[in-house]
Amino acid sequence: MSDTLLSVEDLWVRFPTRTGTVDAVRGISFSVGRERVGIVGESGSGKSMTGRSILRLIRAPGQMEAKSITFNGDNLLEYSERQMRKIRGHQISMVMQDPKFSLNPVHSVGKQICEALRLHTKVSRKQARQGALEMLEAVQIRNPERVFRSYPHELSGGMGQRVMIAMMLITDPQLLIADEPTSALDVTVQMKVLAIMDKLVQERGMGLIFISHDLNLVSSFCDRIIIMYAGRIVETCRASELHKATHPYTRGLLNALPRIEEPKGRLEALQRQDSWKQEASVDARV
Amino acid sequence: MPVSDSALMEPKSLSAETAADARLEIKNLNVYFGEGSERFQAVKNVSVSVQQGGSFGIVGESGSGKSTVLRAVCGLVESWDGEIDIDGAPVSHKRNKAFARKIQMVFQDPYASLHPRHTVDRVLSEPLKLHGFDGIDGRVLRALDDVGLGADFRFRYPHQLSGGQRQRVAVARALMLEPEILLLDEPTSALDVSVQAEILNLFAELRKEHNLTYVMVTHDLAVVAHMCDEIAVMQFGEVVEVMDVDAMRNSTPKTAYTQELLKASMGYDAEFFGDS
Ligand SMILES: Nc1ncnc2c1ncn2[C@@H]1O[C@H](COP(=O)(O)OP(=O)(O)OP(=O)(O)O)[C@@H](O)[C@H]1O
Ligand SMILES: Nc1ncnc2c1ncn2[C@@H]1O[C@H](COP(=O)(O)OP(=O)(O)OP(=O)(O)O)[C@@H](O)[C@H]1O
Ligand SMILES: [Mg+2]
Ligand SMILES: [Mg+2]
Repeated sequence: MSDTLLSVEDLWVRFPTRTGTVDAVRGISFSVGRERVGIVGESGSGKSMTGRSILRLIRAPGQMEAKSITFNGDNLLEYSERQMRKIRGHQISMVMQDPKFSLNPVHSVGKQICEALRLHTKVSRKQARQGALEMLEAVQIRNPERVFRSYPHELSGGMGQRVMIAMMLITDPQLLIADEPTSALDVTVQMKVLAIMDKLVQERGMGLIFISHDLNLVSSFCDRIIIMYAGRIVETCRASELHKATHPYTRGLLNALPRIEEPKGRLEALQRQDSWKQEASVDARV
Repeated sequence: MPVSDSALMEPKSLSAETAADARLEIKNLNVYFGEGSERFQAVKNVSVSVQQGGSFGIVGESGSGKSTVLRAVCGLVESWDGEIDIDGAPVSHKRNKAFARKIQMVFQDPYASLHPRHTVDRVLSEPLKLHGFDGIDGRVLRALDDVGLGADFRFRYPHQLSGGQRQRVAVARALMLEPEILLLDEPTSALDVSVQAEILNLFAELRKEHNLTYVMVTHDLAVVAHMCDEIAVMQFGEVVEVMDVDAMRNSTPKTAYTQELLKASMGYDAEFFGDS
């Protein structure tokens, strides 16, 4: 068990709205070791809320509740807000789904990456600058100097995403939660960015939660997969065995994909069944 | 993997293939950002011709200028030269109201493109009011239904929606004015595969029913193969290759960069991508 970095037990996230309470996450349990865990599922199934809950970043009026969220043996639910701030961005980093939103529009990209680094380690201004430029280069930014001086609105979609990844990785976290981190990247850059994360998992034993709707990508990149539907885990499997998944929902997701080799006229959309919502959540702790 | 230089050096002029009934034609487009020593050319000599009712795809490297090409067509960049023709007539530098009826764009970033304090209802009904449409209620509900969101979502604010739900609102908004040309910037990259299937089916139906013309930017080669007849590959601000969809399916592209794209779209391969 010493290899378990994070263990989440019975997590719920709820939002009161005009038309009643939305249960965004409904009692899920899972664990993450020094490995790559993919979370997939349709839009609105609760993937992002699950990621944010780990860092206790659910905004009011949303409420989260869990029996425990254990990280390195400590229950994060017992931490004060001040202790949580020390965890966020240091031991656990999260690349948010909305990269440009998470960057400060009035500061240059370089300044923000340097600040992230200087909060985490004692380095001089010059070293921070050097580190930031190297990180931008590592995430395949072609012109690190120009991007360093740029403001968020001056970046393309994929550049913004890589800037966020650079900023999160520069602090050398033990656990990285990456929410759709490569959805705006062209495929070749995407592979290179995945290779960086892969290396951190293999060489430094980082844990990675990789949230994505790209089933092919997740099955080729991750070790384990958690499949979410309507706030619950319907199935979990080894990534390499995704093609053998049995749940009709998972099969539906796989069948909805267009494929380069096999042209189809119409794509198959998911035929949701009411019974899926009632099924108990599968325990994805190992 | 290195990309062969020969593929990058010669900016191709593709206007020779131009047909007479082009709906949208871009000729030698250049776009610049910044001033003085910071001046930077994001789009270099790009020429593209899209037939009436056609569906044209643009793929390519991140930062290569794909979104900028679409934004230039919409009149959203200041500094450009070259020619943009719609139905044979060049667009003026300032676009008018009729232009908005004819051409709509779905933006790449669903977070930035929806006003944070406007409900879904307002986002969808405002363009209708501006253009004097009637039956607004019914149109809003139908649009929500078309993109797979129920009436429940009508009075929500953007922060109450997941990423994919926001993108569906953005697609619905673009369809409200019943445009003839749709510019789609990664319209499904924030969507899960099932909603993607629904939206791509919807795009296909609309195209057939209303003879719409599409230009679609995406990094998903399977999506572009499904949707488009012709595909341009961009790198460093230039179009390095234009191929038809069969060439792409058969993996017979000309440039090394396009081949690399195809390889990468097969999934992660630690041996291939890991040791760079
Ligand atoms: N502030 C809020 N008020 C009400 N409902 C909310 C709020 N924030 C999120 N939700 C709902 O919670 C559910 C889960 O959202 P979440 O963002 O986790 O989805 P997701 O799986 O990440 O989807 P996507 O793939 O589209 O990003 C969604 O149905 C969403 O509409
Ligand atoms: N407002 C701006 N000011 C300065 N530079 C900009 C601006 N908008 C875009 N650029 C630059 O222009 C280049 C092309 O950007 P564009 O957004 O067109 O790329 P893209 O091909 O769409 O990339 P992606 O796939 O990452 O979205 C980038 O180098 C970007 O930094
Ligand atoms: Mg999400
Ligand atoms: Mg773009």
